[in-house]
Amino acid sequence: MKSYKSDVVIIGSGAAGLASAIEIKKEDLSVLIIERDKELGGITLQCIHNGFGLKEFQEELTGPEYIQRFINQVLDLKIPYLLDTMVIEITKDKLIYAVNNEEGLIEIQAKAIILAMGCRERTRGAINIPGFRPAGIYTAGQAQRFVNIEGYLPGNSYVILGSGDIGMIMARRLTWEGCEVKAVVEILPYVSGLLRNQVQCLEDYDIPLITSYTVTKIHGKDRVQGVTISKVDRNFDRIIGSEKFIECDTLLLSVGLIPENELTLNAGADLSKNGGPIVDNNLETTIEGVFACGNVLQVHDLVDLVSAEAQRAGKNAIEYINTRYGKDIPSQGKIKCIAGDNVNYIKPDFINREHLSQDVIFTFRVNFPDRRVQIQIKDEENNVIYKRKKVYVIPSEMVELKINFDKLETKIESDSIVIEVIPRPEVLIEEDEVL
Amino acid sequence: MATIFDVLIIGGGVTGCCIARTLSKYAINIAVLEKDADIASGTTKANSGVVHAGYASSREYVRRNLCIRGNKLYTQAHEELNFPFIRNGSFVVALDDKQIKYLEEERKRGIEDGISGLELILDKEKISYMEPNLTDEVVGVLHAPTAGIVSPYELTFALAENAAMNGVSFFRNEKVKRISRQNYVFKVKTSSNEFKAHNIINAAGLYAAKISKMVGLDYFDIMPRKGEYILFDRNALHLNKILFPIPTKVSKGILVCPTIHGNTFVGPNAQNITDKKDIATTEAGLKEILDGSRMLVPNLPTRASIRNFAGLRAVPYNSISDKIGDFIIDNTDVYGFINVAGILSPGLTSCFAIAEKVEEFLKLLGLELKIKEDYNPIRPKPQRFKDFSKAELDEKIKEDPTWGRIICRCETIPEKEILDAIHAPVGARTVDGVKFRCRPGMGRCQGGFCRPRVIEILSRELYLPPEDITKRGEYTTFLVGKTKDRFIEITEREELE
Repeated sequence: MKSYKSDVVIIGSGAAGLASAIEIKKEDLSVLIIERDKELGGITLQCIHNGFGLKEFQEELTGPEYIQRFINQVLDLKIPYLLDTMVIEITKDKLIYAVNNEEGLIEIQAKAIILAMGCRERTRGAINIPGFRPAGIYTAGQAQRFVNIEGYLPGNSYVILGSGDIGMIMARRLTWEGCEVKAVVEILPYVSGLLRNQVQCLEDYDIPLITSYTVTKIHGKDRVQGVTISKVDRNFDRIIGSEKFIECDTLLLSVGLIPENELTLNAGADLSKNGGPIVDNNLETTIEGVFACGNVLQVHDLVDLVSAEAQRAGKNAIEYINTRYGKDIPSQGKIKCIAGDNVNYIKPDFINREHLSQDVIFTFRVNFPDRRVQIQIKDEENNVIYKRKKVYVIPSEMVELKINFDKLETKIESDSIVIEVIPRPEVLIEEDEVL
Repeated sequence: MATIFDVLIIGGGVTGCCIARTLSKYAINIAVLEKDADIASGTTKANSGVVHAGYASSREYVRRNLCIRGNKLYTQAHEELNFPFIRNGSFVVALDDKQIKYLEEERKRGIEDGISGLELILDKEKISYMEPNLTDEVVGVLHAPTAGIVSPYELTFALAENAAMNGVSFFRNEKVKRISRQNYVFKVKTSSNEFKAHNIINAAGLYAAKISKMVGLDYFDIMPRKGEYILFDRNALHLNKILFPIPTKVSKGILVCPTIHGNTFVGPNAQNITDKKDIATTEAGLKEILDGSRMLVPNLPTRASIRNFAGLRAVPYNSISDKIGDFIIDNTDVYGFINVAGILSPGLTSCFAIAEKVEEFLKLLGLELKIKEDYNPIRPKPQRFKDFSKAELDEKIKEDPTWGRIICRCETIPEKEILDAIHAPVGARTVDGVKFRCRPGMGRCQGGFCRPRVIEILSRELYLPPEDITKRGEYTTFLVGKTKDRFIEITEREELE
């Protein structure tokens, strides 16, 4: 069995893994990237559409262009990596077991681990669509891989269930390939992906978007022959009599992404409601020295945000190794962050009291769209310790807040805080807030 | 085909394959015909995978004794064939005192008929210790420790592999069209071949009546009865026992059951239908099984569902005995033609006992059954990545690097296991064939990650272009063409215009 040692081991070489690796190498710590695919880059490699890099590089790039800038840095910095290598186990003592076909079983002892495994797509089973189980049902990302990487078309005429970003992007991509996209069907009354994708991928190509509808039956015993869609009411129950049949030979599913945390769970870390690991404001999981960033922590809307989060995770891992590793530093206690009204989940799940003097970055998503809202943080006594106005919130856009608690007027005394998004008490549109 | 087979088995389900394997110890020439692209793709594929203790059928049914006998035969078969099977025991759950009386009678009859270990448990604490997920409403349970769970298709693949090792020929994609007979030789015409045989065993499942009619035997009918299931993710719920409600007239009711691979499923319901290809799940059916199963396990992990599916039971109506739902295992008036029809539940449990019966019939027909000297009853256990220790794993990868390339992340399946599945006797030819043999695509991502990779491996190993790789045979291809080919095609057409 081959054994390695590395200060930091990063699992996954997508946008999150590479950005954190670069951050760590800058500090001259040893770092090793483990990637299960044959190339560095992760899922970004199959995202050949543009729209990447506007925040990180202030220019518009395609997915492969964006990730290549990071890959180049990894190569320049001579960061070691293992390809075609699958991590099969992580222990609490930060021992990593992986396999590949050249070296066999590999054992790596790390001081810190950064989890950057990304996410996976929800499937038909997860949403329990009844009907036959023919060939011709794909997740949008799987179809994207077939078309963009392998060069094959998975079908001729499509219905896309779910208006997630990958679904809308694939609607446009398949139209370009001469395929017919009959409709994008969304169970919610609004698009679940980004507005820009709705405009650029659907409206520009006259692809019908059918909201408040869902697929209620799949037809075709061998290959998909069509789907029945039905209107749903507010509780997402099917409205009887609203059924429509759409003929198609392929159904693509773009019905959500789930952080991929099998390894995290097996290592013994706790997960939160959104499927990502529970982390503190250091992005450190419930296992000391194990950090998480990118879509394995929470599904992001933009790759730029993933890179930024990964850089933070990298910096925190460095701080851990330099100041806390192997030392028993008593904690000054933790403050629990609770998702309140119209907040689906909140990251971090905890704030360390010793970090109240630093900027704490909160990220969360709302449950439903709203306009002219107030984002506020309350303590256990219901005192509002922080508030901020926002013109609108929608579930597809992650909200980010940067707060230095020591600079706030009210100090946190309680052991928990609640973050909520509520209608503004006084509806006054200020000039700089007009859309 | 010039060979005249001694025995030709029509149907490559668990019954057909079990008969083939049982007969493969004899020095006779055997063939199995399967209409689909793979064996185990009819009723065998989608059923509960429960090896019943045998108390459930009433005494006037032949299936009761075959089930009790079949259950016992699993022990030796499991040792020889190395398919996934454990005797984890079952509970029939009584929710009121009236039902206790019924269970007590079942227990008494069961013990009289030789089912060991049957026990009525009324101590709620003991029940909840044995199965913590069971509803608090439980009043008592009938515990059958000899009941177990098996992977029905992996059992069938094991049977077929061992049969093929011992000389049985398997022909897939051979749908029987016509049977004629001349001088005690049956001629079986299929879609692309003709097979000759002295004896035919009709194990054609849902189509057994159709096959039987081809030789003029029109005394029974097969009615499809649909059962729907929902499968939950591994680790979503840890059940120890197979949980049955009190049975109804048509079925054993909706059960909550662990699978041999650590998942949990709920189902099946029972719905009489007419179309033998209708394996569609329905909204009402899925609701029915969820509602039904919540009676036994209130905290079902509904959010962790990874697949719903349906299978059909081959329910026989025998016009001679005027009975519905009993096995039809007959040495028929057409000399050399044996019907093994209407094998519904507990057919999976009974398969080894059914095969014994067929063996007797063949002896009666005068077929000389002499055991082969080189008969090998052992089908080696398929090697699994998950079963290896870390040191073994390292060795294995050094021996064969394909052990080190993981194709399915959810179930941790390396390329080697997929290659083994393809190159095994009666190996996989389709993506579903690979999935059911070694599980890539069975996990929570349902093939989202591994499917393109499995298609690539099948394409390479079978020397077929990726467009020709199918899910489960003809008309179920995944890919319709290459992106660039299509582009050229369109521009050419436009230029012509």
